[in-house]
Amino acid sequence: MFDFVSFFPRAVVQSIPLLYGATGETLTEKSGNLNLGIPGIMYVGGICGVIGAFFYEQSGNMDGFLAVLIPMVCCLLGSLLMGLLYCFLTVTLRANQNVTGLAMTTFGVGFGNFFGGSLIKLTGSEVPSIALSATSSYFSRSLPFADRLGVFGKLFLSYGFLAYLAILIALAASYILKRTRLGLQLRAVGESPATADAAGINITRYKYVATCVGSMIAGLGGLYYVMDYACGVWSNDAFGDRGWLAIALVIFTTWRPNVGILASILFGGLYILYLFIPTGTNLSVKELYKMLPYLVTIVVLIISSMRNKRENQPPESLGVPYFREER
Amino acid sequence: MENKTAAVKMRNITKRFGTVLANDRVWLDIYKGEILALLGENGSGKTTLMNMLSGIYFPDEGQIFINDEKVMIRSPKDAFGYGIGMIHQHFKLVDVLTAAENIVLGLKEPGRLNLDEVARKVKSICDAYGFDVDPYQKVYNMSVSQKQTVEIVKVLYRGADILILDEPTAVLTPQETEKLFAVLRNMRDDGKAIVIITHKMHEVEALSDRVAILRHGQFVGDMLTRKTNAQEMTNMMVGRPVTLNIDRPDPVNPKPRIEVTGLTVRDMEGTLKLDNVSFTANSGEILGIAGISGCGQKELLESIAGLQKVESGSICYVEDDGRREELIGKDPLSIADMGVCLSFVPEDRLGMGLVGSMDLTDNMMLRSFRKGKSFFTDKKQPRSLAEQVVKELEVNTPGVSTPVRRLSGGNVQKVLVGREIASAPMVLLTAYAVRGLDINSSYTIYDLINKQKQAGVAVVFVGEDLDVLLELCDRILVLCGGKVSGIVEGRGASKPEVGMMMTRLGGKTNA
Amino acid sequence: MRKQNTAMPVLHISKRTSLPLYKAWAIRAVAILLALVVCAVVTTALTGLNPLGVFKAMFDGAFGTQRKIWILGQNVAILLCVSLAVTPAFKMRFWNIGGEGQILVGGLATAACMILLGDKVPNWLLIVMMILSSCLAGAIWGGIPAICKAKWNTNETLFTLMMNYVATQLVAFFVIVWEVPKGAGKIGIINQDTHAGWLPQIGSYKYLLNILIVAVLTVIMYFYLTRSKQGYEIAVVGESEKTARYVGIKVEKVIVRTMMISGGICGLAGLLLVGGTDHTITTTISGGRGFTAVMVAWLAKFNPLVMVLTSLLLVFLSRGASEITTIYALNHSFGDILTGIILFFIIGSEFFIGYRLSFLKNEQKEGKGNV
Repeated sequence: MFDFVSFFPRAVVQSIPLLYGATGETLTEKSGNLNLGIPGIMYVGGICGVIGAFFYEQSGNMDGFLAVLIPMVCCLLGSLLMGLLYCFLTVTLRANQNVTGLAMTTFGVGFGNFFGGSLIKLTGSEVPSIALSATSSYFSRSLPFADRLGVFGKLFLSYGFLAYLAILIALAASYILKRTRLGLQLRAVGESPATADAAGINITRYKYVATCVGSMIAGLGGLYYVMDYACGVWSNDAFGDRGWLAIALVIFTTWRPNVGILASILFGGLYILYLFIPTGTNLSVKELYKMLPYLVTIVVLIISSMRNKRENQPPESLGVPYFREER
Repeated sequence: MENKTAAVKMRNITKRFGTVLANDRVWLDIYKGEILALLGENGSGKTTLMNMLSGIYFPDEGQIFINDEKVMIRSPKDAFGYGIGMIHQHFKLVDVLTAAENIVLGLKEPGRLNLDEVARKVKSICDAYGFDVDPYQKVYNMSVSQKQTVEIVKVLYRGADILILDEPTAVLTPQETEKLFAVLRNMRDDGKAIVIITHKMHEVEALSDRVAILRHGQFVGDMLTRKTNAQEMTNMMVGRPVTLNIDRPDPVNPKPRIEVTGLTVRDMEGTLKLDNVSFTANSGEILGIAGISGCGQKELLESIAGLQKVESGSICYVEDDGRREELIGKDPLSIADMGVCLSFVPEDRLGMGLVGSMDLTDNMMLRSFRKGKSFFTDKKQPRSLAEQVVKELEVNTPGVSTPVRRLSGGNVQKVLVGREIASAPMVLLTAYAVRGLDINSSYTIYDLINKQKQAGVAVVFVGEDLDVLLELCDRILVLCGGKVSGIVEGRGASKPEVGMMMTRLGGKTNA
Repeated sequence: MRKQNTAMPVLHISKRTSLPLYKAWAIRAVAILLALVVCAVVTTALTGLNPLGVFKAMFDGAFGTQRKIWILGQNVAILLCVSLAVTPAFKMRFWNIGGEGQILVGGLATAACMILLGDKVPNWLLIVMMILSSCLAGAIWGGIPAICKAKWNTNETLFTLMMNYVATQLVAFFVIVWEVPKGAGKIGIINQDTHAGWLPQIGSYKYLLNILIVAVLTVIMYFYLTRSKQGYEIAVVGESEKTARYVGIKVEKVIVRTMMISGGICGLAGLLLVGGTDHTITTTISGGRGFTAVMVAWLAKFNPLVMVLTSLLLVFLSRGASEITTIYALNHSFGDILTGIILFFIIGSEFFIGYRLSFLKNEQKEGKGNV
């Protein structure tokens, strides 16, 4: 019997890092930047939070507010720097976005694992991971009345605050893109920078801000993963390919962050479905079930390209650097 | 020029692109309450000069004064700040946004974005000048003239009092042009300063108060429109007296070569682009195709060349001995394999006819690289062909291994035409063969086309300048909204007659 | 009217029309030097080690002993092979970042032949079948996204990326199916006793065959891209699909054919790894080469001969970095950080090759203008 009540919350916690990544990447892509460095940025976001939390925990005194604030600020700073680096290379120096993104991912994953490894060495721990359970306990604290509301509480109220923040950010991003002046201009920058430029919009600033904010949001996904999902345990390479899935999710949702909320939960569910399908002793089949999220992405990708609707297309100038005096 | 105040003064403006001097110490004054026509051949730097006013480019040297105040226009935003609005030749609109969204784009109005409020304001501007815009329509669903209207409303919405229009009539019907001119005259009487960049002499004469002429990036003079004439202006643009006549040798032994019957074509969205088109193109004759841009010319040529999916109808190639080959349903390769030698000079030279980043030799290979059984390409023949084209057509290039993107528009066209006629075609299709070319290059191209005609080639010449069509072509087919409006003899046809046929089927007036 | 600060100097950027080759390479060399300086600073800051010592250790790690040079050569060969594979696709502007998956399925096909047919067919036939099946597997893996791209313009970046993970899971599945011993979760050395399906060794040099194969492949790819009719078609399709159609090139056919070649060579790289050196298969056998190859190819401006140098650079960095991590007991990811930094500098340096910077001082011009 399929146990939905225990499946759904696990799908949701799986989905939150994807949602952060996808919302961040959507904002970035709306400005015309295809940031393939998101997987790296999420690593950097995660490890920076870990570093902040680690040293705060080392200092001895634990204050709930600071224990949350310090890792978050560290995470945001780290991912902001990565976003700035990406912007500097692709916007200011007009470098190839694909190559820059791949290099950023190499760098970011290396950065995360290096500092993760160094911290592990500092703690002199036996196992190749660091546990920040004290900090994690603040991050993963669920709403106080969640336990009392039975199934409803378990399904909807049992998550840490970063999970709700992810949904809020996605909704806000969706609102900003669709309803505000800011969103209108950002969309114009991604669709046709020359037009936006002629309309007096500062292309460079929009690209920088959207990409950096996008990076910071994505970085929070890394933080959520370590602090809440993994209960404060950092181990190298544990974050895996979630960054790439987040990028896939952007196309999957046709650049709509609000759709991303449901889509990421779907992806999260597919990601862990193999744990819930009884396969008996046959371990190998589980590996095939793990293909599901990727296969579904491919199928959706093909179907959406066959439908080929104007509104579902990527921002027109995605991946193309802008140079005003291009002739 | 009594009691006129200068809205803009440009002094010593110089702009270089790499080694090319686009503007060379230009002085130009633009007055309030006046329509100024900025004239010059292509590549003379008109658009570049105006782009510096609208903040797209930044001058390398020189100063700009607005209302006698020295200013630096670093971005389009700065330009708006000074009340300068430019309507570009290539519309600067975002396709997936609505008209209203495009109009408010980049504006810093206080308060929340309220598109309904915008729509109301747009309506009131439209009512004031007699425009018709649906604020909620997406731009990609609009016709070119609707897009242009949105552009103009956009500039007015921003309260511009210096308006620059870059070849605004290229895409309009005569009626739409007349409407636009009426609006521009209204604005002038409002005290706005208006600059219009154009090639069309009769428009200059009909609309402008004053003309300013650029040649090779330099300012060569300005004068009141009513005190000059087309010949004088042309001479100043070219820099020497020119004859504005085009040769038209008699047709050589005309025989039917291409017979098109009932051709119907729809585009990707399902819109009818060609509707039951029938005609015959003869050998040894130039058949002109006239029509407002975008009313099926492109689809017509591409259907014959095997590049367009055809809904119904037939295109027959007739050989000298009367044998007929159906061309529909065949791609360019299989058409060539049938022994039909068909050359096509497309409108989009670097996007379709040539590969910009490749050199002349490699571009010559485009048509012929499959020749022979070898797995590898033979570069010797293309290279000698490239050298021959460079020599015979006087292509101005550092060498045959220069990427064609680096050549100027006229030279690019010579390379393309040179390659296309090198294969000794039986049919030559040309689309806007002289667009963007200076007068000299244009005449070279006319000569080449005439030579092909005299060699017995069936030439189909899609043109936009009615004067050229009337002087060059033996017969002219007029398209109107994808239908054949009529076919007239080139000799003796009158411009108003053809112009009328372009806008109304059969050219009959209702009045 | 707003007041403008007319005395402000303006940084002006314009596009270069051309730059002599030596200058372009000088700019790149300066970029690499700067990158090394930054790497040195970062190294000292993070580890407290003497950067010169670290660089020396890196160099020793890559070239220190004969054995290390051979390993370096082997790594360059495999990376170069993958880079050669992705190049035709990139020249066609087809963003194939699915090299990983194509290598994996190539390796998987090789392993399948070795395991299932190892003792059933003569060794020469086995090797022929390995070659064919690995190339075919890679070609199919590359061909599927290409067909969708050609038919419906499906986004190939994401498609090929997803195919990587499908391939990874496929390998994971078979690793468990074929695991030796049961429950080990890995395959171990295949045909340890019989050496069936092991690619022959030239003399006593374990890696020489791989290096020679890739060297030949490099030359072939160079001529394929620059001299062959198919290479010409790839270039035309990459530059402009419209032009390609206009001259009668069947764009769909070229896309699928090129991607199958691309995938096929990736599959071959899988064969070289599984049949040539590792004699086993794991989900991480390609080691990120599918991504690294993208950078190798791009840095070399898609010239196969220059790729020898760029792949050497990247392999040198990773080999050297792995050496210092062993010597100084650092985390192995330190190499990735250094690689990243150097790549950032090289990527950034392209800007100074493509564009010219100049400072405009408005005041000076005023003086000139008024004369």
